[in-house]
Amino acid sequence: MEPPPSEVSRLSSADTPTAEVEAPDEAPVDTARQALVDRLASELGDALLASVIDKGDVWVRVRPDAWHAAARACRDTLGMDYFCFLSGIDWMPSAAPNPEVADVEVEGAEGDDAEAPPEPEAEPEAAPEPAAAPAVAADGWTTGVAGGDTRFQVLLRLYSTATHLGITLKADLDDDDPRVTSIADVYGGADWHERETWEMFGFGFEGHPNLLHLYLPSEFEGFPLRKDFPLLAREVKPWPGIVDVELIPESLEAKLEAAAGGGPAAPESSEPAE
Amino acid sequence: MTAVTDRQRLAYVNTQASEARVNVELQTEDMTLNLGPQHPATHGTLRVVAKLDGEQVVDADVVCGYMHRGYEKLTEVRTYPQVTTLINRIDWLSSFANEVPFILAAEKLMEIEAPPRAQYIRTLFFEMARIANIGLFLGEMALQVGALTPAFYAFRDREFVLNQIEAATGGRFHPNYDRLGGLKDDLPKGWIAETQAVMKRIREFCDELEGLVAGNIIFERRCRGVGVIPAEIGKAFGVSGANIRASGVDWDLRRDEASPLVWKDLDWKVWTHPDGDSFARYWVRLQEVRESTFMVDQMLEGLPAGSIQAKVPRIIKVPAGEAWVHTENPLGEMGFYIVSQGGLGPFRCKIRSASFNNVSVLPWLLKGTYVPDIITILASLYFILGDIDR
Repeated sequence: MEPPPSEVSRLSSADTPTAEVEAPDEAPVDTARQALVDRLASELGDALLASVIDKGDVWVRVRPDAWHAAARACRDTLGMDYFCFLSGIDWMPSAAPNPEVADVEVEGAEGDDAEAPPEPEAEPEAAPEPAAAPAVAADGWTTGVAGGDTRFQVLLRLYSTATHLGITLKADLDDDDPRVTSIADVYGGADWHERETWEMFGFGFEGHPNLLHLYLPSEFEGFPLRKDFPLLAREVKPWPGIVDVELIPESLEAKLEAAAGGGPAAPESSEPAE
Repeated sequence: MTAVTDRQRLAYVNTQASEARVNVELQTEDMTLNLGPQHPATHGTLRVVAKLDGEQVVDADVVCGYMHRGYEKLTEVRTYPQVTTLINRIDWLSSFANEVPFILAAEKLMEIEAPPRAQYIRTLFFEMARIANIGLFLGEMALQVGALTPAFYAFRDREFVLNQIEAATGGRFHPNYDRLGGLKDDLPKGWIAETQAVMKRIREFCDELEGLVAGNIIFERRCRGVGVIPAEIGKAFGVSGANIRASGVDWDLRRDEASPLVWKDLDWKVWTHPDGDSFARYWVRLQEVRESTFMVDQMLEGLPAGSIQAKVPRIIKVPAGEAWVHTENPLGEMGFYIVSQGGLGPFRCKIRSASFNNVSVLPWLLKGTYVPDIITILASLYFILGDIDR
């Protein structure tokens, strides 16, 4: 394994301090979850790269070489006795996994914006940007909560059946050779999840007892859940379900508004004909 | 009818003894037994490869993937409202319960909440899905150990529940009824009284099975002490739902997790059993079905009036972020980890299904058991193939 960088070098330094990305304390501080993060930080030291507490949930990003130690610390120190799941994320902006949706997003944008003004009365949608909003990494890719500076992230969710608190652990993996230590010896359930993540994302899990295909046939090539793996069905034929996001005919609109019983019929008038 | 002389008898005993000695000295060869992919006890296509020494399982391997449909990939090319159609097919016996955690996760990101009436009806159908699903299990499990009748009873009475689900949602198995911010339709006229009658009937069905199956000496002998999952092992494997409650873990997400659904308003009880064996798993589920009928009754009485749909934009875009929501589904903990980048569909959607983790304990659990017990253990763990393979 490459030696860890002397410090958290590639984390987007513009808006995020290197040590801990805390949720701005707009809400009452989640003391129970803060305690979890503090104990994990004292256990892992500077291997804990970032943590976010938001909406009753906690994310912790650790250095990949501390992955196994982090899982063990969660089990032994934090009392996370329940293994929930282990998986991966590929942050590569998908080339065109869903061109139809992308198209509609563009053309539907006007309609959506035009509709937006009447909305906020009902719901303050213009709330301050939640802390769980993704960070934009240095190279322009969007990465998720608690940041990240590589393409691949491995994701682990643990839970305590005693305190009913859960934690999401993340670690950045190398772009070309994503691998991390297996935690199958810490949590028995990680065995199958690592096999699944291995075949779907191509992450290596060092020390896994039998890294064999779980779902796919053994001669399968490629890693289906990577963003650059084409979904052939979509390439052959465009998704017919696209009609779903077409605008509702105006004749029906009034009826639907009435049925929804929401607000006055104001939105309709403010909606210009497409 | 020749009389057996003492000499003959003695010779016979001697032969037996020498054969027994040979058997002790000879190493018996391991035999590999393939259970499935098409075996009734696997509820679909799950293959268990068991290495046997005589009748005892030395090593077991579970092969899944015969029904893998790649839902996690497919969710990435669909819009949020379209995803519910897919995830209906994960655990197909309680489809509505699948929709709920996904919708809740998306709502969490959008920071909207459905009106109280919608939350009540969601919880109502969630529990009815549980009754339909586990109700079938109660008969099915008996079928696996050789009792045919309870399965017919289960299919008969489940139909009443499915009829009620169909009457309100339009779909027997795949309601596709949950929407972002609310529900597709309100309840039809006369539905509440009908459902109350059905719940009464389900309670009778539970009583019937409690005597017929759980109180049956043959069933007990087959299931008591078989397939014991210690609580610590179960939790480390992520075994959830009734399976872990049958190991004495008092943990139910309906009670222990803050949720916009209305379980907190109801008066009910979490059932556990200390034994952790196949019988305990059956018993806990039986109690849970009965408990659910009481919950449904309470919700039918306390159903608030009002709208069933919050205001949402017609083109639904979910703000960027990550959300994890898990609920106590009939088969155990089901959760969705949604990563949104502000588009029309999820950027990544990890589906954490209960059966996958529940079954992953099998290689550990089957070691040292006997062949007939494999069936009992598989049946009592209760998995749905779609929930394993996704």
